[in-house]
Amino acid sequence: MVPISYYLVLSGILFGCGVVGFLIKRNIISIFMSIELMLNGVNLSFVAFAAQWHALSGQVFVFLVMVVAAAEAAVGLAIIIAVYRNRETLNVDQVNLLKL
Amino acid sequence: MTPNLHLCLIPLLPLIGAAINGLLGRRFSRQQVSAIALGFCGAAFVMALWVAARFSSLTVPYIEHVAPWIRAGDFRADFAFYLDQLSLVMLLVVTGVGFLIHVYSVGYMWKDSGFYRFFSYLNLFMFFMLTLVLAGNYLVMFIGWEGVGLASYLLIGFWFTKDSAASAGKKAFIVNRIGDFGFLIGLFLMIKHFGSLNFTQLFQTVSGMGVEKDEAGLLTAIGVLLMVGAAGKSAQIPLYVWLPDAMEGPTPVSALIHAATMVTAGVYMVARSHVIFERAPLALMVVAIIGTLTALFAATIGLVQTDIKKVLAYSTVSQLGYMFMACGVAAFSAGIFHLMTHAFFKGLLFLAAGSVIHSLGGEQDMRLMGGLRTKIPWTFWTMTAATFAIAGFPPFAGFFSKDEILWRASRVSLVYWGIGLFTAFLTSFYMFRLWFLTFFGEYRGPEGAGLGHGAGQHHDAAHSDVPGDGGIHESPRVMLIPLAILAVLSVIGGWVGVPGSLGGSNHFGKFLSPVFHSTIPAAVSEGMPPEERTEGPEPTAGARQELLYTTVSVGAAFLGLFLAWLLYWRRPELPQRIADSLGGLYHTVLHKYYVDELYGMLVVKPVVDGSTRILWQGIDQNVIDATVNDSADSARHLSDAVRHMQSGNIRSYAGWVALGAALVIAYMVWMGVQ
Repeated sequence: MVPISYYLVLSGILFGCGVVGFLIKRNIISIFMSIELMLNGVNLSFVAFAAQWHALSGQVFVFLVMVVAAAEAAVGLAIIIAVYRNRETLNVDQVNLLKL
Repeated sequence: MTPNLHLCLIPLLPLIGAAINGLLGRRFSRQQVSAIALGFCGAAFVMALWVAARFSSLTVPYIEHVAPWIRAGDFRADFAFYLDQLSLVMLLVVTGVGFLIHVYSVGYMWKDSGFYRFFSYLNLFMFFMLTLVLAGNYLVMFIGWEGVGLASYLLIGFWFTKDSAASAGKKAFIVNRIGDFGFLIGLFLMIKHFGSLNFTQLFQTVSGMGVEKDEAGLLTAIGVLLMVGAAGKSAQIPLYVWLPDAMEGPTPVSALIHAATMVTAGVYMVARSHVIFERAPLALMVVAIIGTLTALFAATIGLVQTDIKKVLAYSTVSQLGYMFMACGVAAFSAGIFHLMTHAFFKGLLFLAAGSVIHSLGGEQDMRLMGGLRTKIPWTFWTMTAATFAIAGFPPFAGFFSKDEILWRASRVSLVYWGIGLFTAFLTSFYMFRLWFLTFFGEYRGPEGAGLGHGAGQHHDAAHSDVPGDGGIHESPRVMLIPLAILAVLSVIGGWVGVPGSLGGSNHFGKFLSPVFHSTIPAAVSEGMPPEERTEGPEPTAGARQELLYTTVSVGAAFLGLFLAWLLYWRRPELPQRIADSLGGLYHTVLHKYYVDELYGMLVVKPVVDGSTRILWQGIDQNVIDATVNDSADSARHLSDAVRHMQSGNIRSYAGWVALGAALVIAYMVWMGVQ
């Protein structure tokens, strides 16, 4: 059996990649994908622990996260399309109308 | 059950008048303003008369509790009023003379733009003065005490656009505050040791105490502190300096506050506290010495003043000295007697001087007067009555009171008597000097009498426009009637206290004797003649001796008259020659012994310098301001540094969040390792 630490390290790496991507990317879609990456990194650790402790709640939680992520993706992509239509760019630094 | 006299109405009536005039007076006509002011002040006077009429049917002292005020533990101070013979005399003097001066002011201030303000202040003053006089404990007295100081400040600085008036008001207020400080500490001592400030309770407690004849103790300390307060309010050495400057105020103010009523508050307070003073011979001696020195000192300055009001101001200080001398030799009723007669004749002198100033359109320098006898006869004759009264000619009022003081002083020490006699001579001299300079000889002023020649430099600048082209003119009737009434009082006012040696029976002393009834059984052996001595039939030898003393003091008055006549009527060139031959001495006196300069150097300058250098530049600017400024600066610099965090860039925020989360996790991991 693969030790839990492997899963956790992989989960940490995925989450870290997501954070770094979120911070350095300017394209909204890339940022969106980074967020998905973070969510899935967390999901991985949930299922790893669920397997470890033979507890179903971790897996249930992951399903919940997946559903929310799917909903988020639907809304998010709609927003992205709306942004692109309005601004003709996906660069977040240029989508700053609310900033002073 | 004694009838309810509603004593509290007496002070409250003028307060209502002050409030109406002060708040709404701007919209009223002058007639309305004066009707309100005179109405309420007159009502107080009528009520005082009513109280006096019912006085014989009262159990004295009559005490009226109006409302509770301070109740802390065992200590209680209520709004209470206290009526006995002493307060009755003061009540009548204050309301009576005060009312006359109100009437006079209507004429005097008619052309002033601050008419309603003036009457509001005057009524306010009456309220505080009556509170002071009727107070049933020292704390209520203190309200009045501070209040008259306030009213005095407002009225001295009435023409506040004039710098000298504004600073004179300030000076009076500050010097008074020094005295009040002593008074207040005296009150604290009483609270601490007797637990009460009520006159009845306090004096009962003190009555049980012995005389501090060998060593000064608590009562001496209280007595001296009360005297400090009295010296401030009643312009005694060393705190007299404010009173001459207070002549910057309108003349009726000088008459009302700085001659007849407020300045006598100190005398009243000392007399009221006689139970304490009787048991503290040292404090009594301090009072006597201060009074005697002030009487002499101020009289010498009065000799050389050229401003008519300044002469009267120093004369007031000097006469107050007499009153303190009387209190200091435990002749309290004589002091109060002089207080009363002084209120008549000094009030009259000031009002008559105001009438002279009025008639000359604001001129106050006596060197520019002269020959006014025929031009303003009413003023002349009333002022003559007052001059003879203050100089101590029989049978004018001042004679009886001054004579009683001198006689009582001589019983304690001939030094007091000698100085008092010399002062009486000086008083007579400078008063007749004023009289001759003002009313006799040739008119020395500029042609056209006080037509606005440099109106700004005049005291009563408001009057520079009064005479117009009418020249020297007699004052209106509304000013002359109070003069006439006061003149009558100055003549006959002393007859209530004719001493036994002159065939009278000193009704005044007898009337007051229940108040000043000595509470020390062995007072005679202490060398302090108790009040009763004036009552009983005088031994013939004593009466003859008193008659001798009286003759001597009348002689002194005549000598003063003669000298003034010689110097200012027969040989008007002589005074200048004498002044030249005296040289430095003359200049020292002319500059009021340089006391103002001395105080300026010793007190004012160090305080101002210390405030400027240490408190202002040192502490305020370098510590307080610097702290505030530096903290503001550092806040600005710090926020300047950190405001870049708030870029509005979501990703940078996310970075901070991530960093924070990383730190938290690192910390928890580290703790786990531990």
